[in-house]
Amino acid sequence: MKHWETPLKPTPFHPRTAALNRLNRWGAWAGCTTALCFGDEAMEHSAIRNAATLYDLCPMVKYRIEGPEAEAYLNRLTVRDLRKLTPGGVQYTIWCDDQGQVMDDGTLFRLSADHYRLTCQERHLPWLLDSAEGFDVTVTDETEALAGLALQGPCSASVLRALGCAVDALRPFRACSVSIAGTDILLSRTGFTGDLGYELWFDPAAALSVWDALVAAGAPWGLRPVGSDALGLARLEAGFLIANQDFIPAEQALREDRARTPWELGLGWLVDFGKGPFTGRRALAAKRDAPRWVTLGLDVEGNIPAEGAILYHRGKAEAGVVTAAAWSPTLKANIAIAQVEARHARGDDLWVEIYALRELRYEKLMVRVRPVDRPFFNPARRRATPPGAF
Amino acid sequence: MVDAIIIGAGHNGLVAACYLARAGLRVTVIEKNDWIGGAAVSRELYPGFLYSNCSYVASLFRPEIMRDLELPKHGLQILPYEGGAVFTQSGGYLGMFRAHDANRREFARYSARDAEAYDRYGRDILRYCRFIRPMLLRTPPDPASFRPRDLIEMAWLARKMGEMSSAEAARMVRFWTMSVADFLDDYFEHPVVKAYLAVSGIIGTALGPMSPGSAYVLLHHYMGDVDGNIGAWGFARGGMGAITKALTASLQAAGGEVRVGKAVKRILVRDGRVRGVELDDGEEVLAARVMSGMDIKRTAGVVEDRHLPEDFRRGVARFKTRGSSGKLNIALDAAPVFPALPEGAPNLKGDLHFTDSIVRMERAYDDWVDGRFSRDPFQDCMIPTMIDPTMVPPGKHFMSCFVQYAPPKINGGAWTDADRDAFRDTCLDQIETYAPGFRNKVLHVEVRTPRELEAEVGLTEGNIFQGELTFDQLLFNRPVPGWAQYRMPVKGLWLCGSSAHPGGGVMGAPGRNAAREVLAEAKRGSEMRDAYAVL
Amino acid sequence: MPSSDAIILGGGANGLACAFRLAGAGWRVTVLEAADALGGTAAVVAPAPGFRAPFAHLLQGPDARVARAMGLNIAAQEIATTALSATASHREIRGGQVEGPDAAAFAALHRRLSDIAGALAPLRQRVPPVLGRGNAWGRLAKVALGLRRLGATEFREALRLLLTNVADVVEDELTDPLVQGALCFDATLGAWTGPRSPNSLILLLDRMAKGPLTLPRGGTPALAAAMAQAAETAGVTIRTGARATRIETDGERATGVTLASGETLNADLVVSTLPPGSTLRDLVGARVLDAGLFTRVGQVRARGAAAKLTLALSAAPDFRGADLRTRLLVAPSVPAVESAWTPVKYGEVPDRPVMEIVIPSAHEAGWAPEGAHVLSAVVQFAPHAPADRTAAKAAFLANTLKVLEDHAPGIGRLIVGADLMMPWETLARFGVPCWHGAELSVEQMLFLRPLPDLAQYRTPLDRLWLAGSGSHPGGGINGTAGWNAAGRILEVGP
Repeated sequence: MKHWETPLKPTPFHPRTAALNRLNRWGAWAGCTTALCFGDEAMEHSAIRNAATLYDLCPMVKYRIEGPEAEAYLNRLTVRDLRKLTPGGVQYTIWCDDQGQVMDDGTLFRLSADHYRLTCQERHLPWLLDSAEGFDVTVTDETEALAGLALQGPCSASVLRALGCAVDALRPFRACSVSIAGTDILLSRTGFTGDLGYELWFDPAAALSVWDALVAAGAPWGLRPVGSDALGLARLEAGFLIANQDFIPAEQALREDRARTPWELGLGWLVDFGKGPFTGRRALAAKRDAPRWVTLGLDVEGNIPAEGAILYHRGKAEAGVVTAAAWSPTLKANIAIAQVEARHARGDDLWVEIYALRELRYEKLMVRVRPVDRPFFNPARRRATPPGAF
Repeated sequence: MVDAIIIGAGHNGLVAACYLARAGLRVTVIEKNDWIGGAAVSRELYPGFLYSNCSYVASLFRPEIMRDLELPKHGLQILPYEGGAVFTQSGGYLGMFRAHDANRREFARYSARDAEAYDRYGRDILRYCRFIRPMLLRTPPDPASFRPRDLIEMAWLARKMGEMSSAEAARMVRFWTMSVADFLDDYFEHPVVKAYLAVSGIIGTALGPMSPGSAYVLLHHYMGDVDGNIGAWGFARGGMGAITKALTASLQAAGGEVRVGKAVKRILVRDGRVRGVELDDGEEVLAARVMSGMDIKRTAGVVEDRHLPEDFRRGVARFKTRGSSGKLNIALDAAPVFPALPEGAPNLKGDLHFTDSIVRMERAYDDWVDGRFSRDPFQDCMIPTMIDPTMVPPGKHFMSCFVQYAPPKINGGAWTDADRDAFRDTCLDQIETYAPGFRNKVLHVEVRTPRELEAEVGLTEGNIFQGELTFDQLLFNRPVPGWAQYRMPVKGLWLCGSSAHPGGGVMGAPGRNAAREVLAEAKRGSEMRDAYAVL
Repeated sequence: MPSSDAIILGGGANGLACAFRLAGAGWRVTVLEAADALGGTAAVVAPAPGFRAPFAHLLQGPDARVARAMGLNIAAQEIATTALSATASHREIRGGQVEGPDAAAFAALHRRLSDIAGALAPLRQRVPPVLGRGNAWGRLAKVALGLRRLGATEFREALRLLLTNVADVVEDELTDPLVQGALCFDATLGAWTGPRSPNSLILLLDRMAKGPLTLPRGGTPALAAAMAQAAETAGVTIRTGARATRIETDGERATGVTLASGETLNADLVVSTLPPGSTLRDLVGARVLDAGLFTRVGQVRARGAAAKLTLALSAAPDFRGADLRTRLLVAPSVPAVESAWTPVKYGEVPDRPVMEIVIPSAHEAGWAPEGAHVLSAVVQFAPHAPADRTAAKAAFLANTLKVLEDHAPGIGRLIVGADLMMPWETLARFGVPCWHGAELSVEQMLFLRPLPDLAQYRTPLDRLWLAGSGSHPGGGINGTAGWNAAGRILEVGP
């Protein structure tokens, strides 16, 4: 195999995405080439909130976890209580190292009593295999063995209905089997947009026929492909975190102090101390009440995005950093996610310093921010079951 | 009468000379060979072919020095590698690629787990580099001293340790003391992957990969960087001699001079003070300061015993300089073909190895312990001309083969020409195994066993680091406990070569550190840039 | 209600010392020993009917604190060493003295090493410091100061020697191959390292810090018996033939131990003197431990390279006139020790092993029938996991006997019984994968032993402690680790 000729691999959808990518704007994601933008980021984002969209999820890392002790294994690996997850269920979860520092977040599917799938942003095979010692379980990387496609937007259920899929009973964070273009598909009501939406998992050999079927069926609802830029904006509106953007996975942190506990990421609610032992539990019990940082959703005055800005308390003392920020077209608000020193957790008197480059001059702004709840955008249609018609 | 004499026009001597000259001192460098360069040298031994006769990689060379001395302006260019590979006995290869994901997929051909473990390994190595690298351009403290400068330096070290969590500090101490084989076992499962990564743990040292302390040696080789890309290796355009050539140009621009073909017979001492050197032709060159770029044994060898304290002389005698490596420089009529590599692969633009397991590497070391060169040697081969168009005629190639292990003596006796030829054939045969037809392309071979390294470059016992890189000879122990601050027992005599902290490799750090000490004593300001942080 | 306040796993010196100290503080303590006899490696080997020999045949200890508290009155005589020569020009090493060309140099080297060992010795009796952020530096500084008191030159010398290799030191300082070989042997005895490997000298220093080498009357089993008696007198309950198969937990803490018989014993506290791997990976298991720790415990190095040979001899062997009442070393030079080590790196058998021989029957009656003798030898280096164990053992025995024959011509004809225990057999019988429960090497010493987060004897599983030779300061029959651990438990609570 000539690796050096394909430092980034095309995904199974590449023949279609390449044809549609009018700007030819590509980015690297987990060793794959994926579209950053097909033609117009604003239109793509608008479609996520207005119509239906397709997003290529293939590079998402996927692990198959199987065996009689898969549940016990995952219960020890992750911080949530797996026993509450029934077959057909999906869980957003995180896992920590011994020090209670977050290694990554991901989505855990229970496909049957002893068969699970874990999808995440970063690669963790050594850790997952090490953790499997002492358990009757096998862990296999199935990233390339499985295609993933996100169908998101208020009209996504309508597109699926048009294809004959029974989605009315499918609640958020549940999955079921459907057939599209003769292909068996695992359909989960999950997504990264904070809107009504689904994710489809299936044999990559059928990638193009499924894509084509969705595109054809979605035409009446204005279905269009979206790139990572538009998705990134939607995810910010939804308040989701991204590894290596909003937090540094513990195993990758070059500087020891960069790793974060679940509470520091606002994910403490996931940690279930009642379920018995799990990796990091002892450290988490000790660190629970002593977070050094908090992750805040912010409303930033004005309309200039505060990306990468430094936060100041009273406009003077450094208090943290903005990890993601944008003007939200959906909310008509200037939003941001920030990591803030724990003593400023209440967000009183916080300011951000924004350097806005305007025609070769920086406009230096010091503007007030107010903490707001995440998700910033959380429409009822996201949860409605059965989902609405548009 | 000059202000300072520097013995040896190797890279460290020249670095020291440059700093002194730029601070306004009148400097003369005296070199025994008819050419400059020491072990950073490029010579044309076969018409039209320029070799890197001794050292062959340039990435350890401190960027602070290149910038201070304006070496790029004087012609120095560093070219990064593009590849690398280890060939397996079963006819395969494991390649190195610059693109992270291409590299991951390559490792995954051997082990999916190892492919991902490589990231954490890289992270950990970088953590240790961040700790240790700032020490390269500092003078080691004397732990037995209560002088303020030593106490301050000790406190600095303690504070750096204290910045780490206890778990991290413990992990690092463990790393320093363990063998590279054990260290790699903690991360990786596949023998070929481990063999590829273990290489840096043995290069230039008289240790095997299973010897404790070899993990640190690995770090020593990872401490370099090419433009901030930590651990990356590179070539000097025009061969390693380009480094000393640029240094010489920089020195001359600052008013210094180099005299070649003059060996120092004796360092002249009067009333416990240096007053100059006597050359082998009887000429005396006078100066209040002499800096020696020779190793500590040779340096002590040109000072009369009566000027050196007894315990210092014992320390010098005890300093270990056992050579462990040899070198083949090969002129090739055409590029070698390694059938294992797919056509068009960039791997030949990097380091090539044929030792596909740590066990083979360790067995090669066993031969060294037993006083013979390795029957199945470890070779670190490079074909710089795959990247550098300046060294040979178009279409031809120069291949540099660094070979371990080669002992300073064969079965207790001196190397003979027959030993040298047998050594050469062993190495060429090994390459031939992986590149059939290789020997037919060979136009000329320069063979350097420890004997040649000692005779020509002046490295005692052929030790390329001017002293082994084990903990008992590092930091404040280098080269002699109590004499690790470049200052020698005779007033005005300084050590500026790799026998001093932080040791060998074409790094330039000992030369710069020694110059800083000399200038501080001479109360001269210098324009040394602060050591760069590892970001 | 728990049946005891504390259960101690393992009835060796560490287990008994720990039990005694806890019992002395008023605890109800039960010691569970898997074997039928107490003492761990202070056990008896019988190579033929009527012949017995101690498995651990020499003693550096017990820890003075343990001996004092437990009232152990061990009649032990210091034993001299004879470095055997194949040409009868043996060298007897007595204390810091040796005859021959190296007499002065050896005395000087011995003094220097003893001084350094003496300055480091206090570390053995302390709980290892926690490294980093403050607290440890003070204590380490104190030890450094102890070394500094030797004078500036000696202090620098000590810092150089700490991480050097023993071969270079003896080659720098000495000339007599027999004496050089003897020191190389002692440095690498029980370790998985050769004399040329860096960091091997510190093992010699550690050995010197343990005190003189002695031969106790009745052998090490007598010491074990005395310790057991002292423990029982102090109220400790001792059960032999009680092999633990599981350490019970409620997920948060250790609650007791289940035995092979199926019986479960509850306790407030469980102290294990078994190796860290056996304790945490086998008895506790993955479910209640963090994954990172579980993996790292599996990476603790525990390769044994020492074999134990016991020979029943019909008459006294003649080692070319060497005094049979000394410790006989067959380690004739640095290369001899190094080349005995080399094959073991690859799981192979050395042609000419090196060894330490003690003849208990030459010292006191009772070990062998009248006129006959029993020879006890620690033979190095033996592969711990060869591809073919049966073949490796046979080859190892043959090679060992060949070396013995060279040094004691005719000894082969005297052999009426032989017992060879290879490292994997020692593991099966005593549960120790190597002499020290975990290899003794710099990267597994002091605050790194067996792992940084286990180095203060406490494990992350609440109420489970380690107190065996896998913990600081390592093995030898001295009870130091057990005593230190008990002290720590009493100091900070269970």
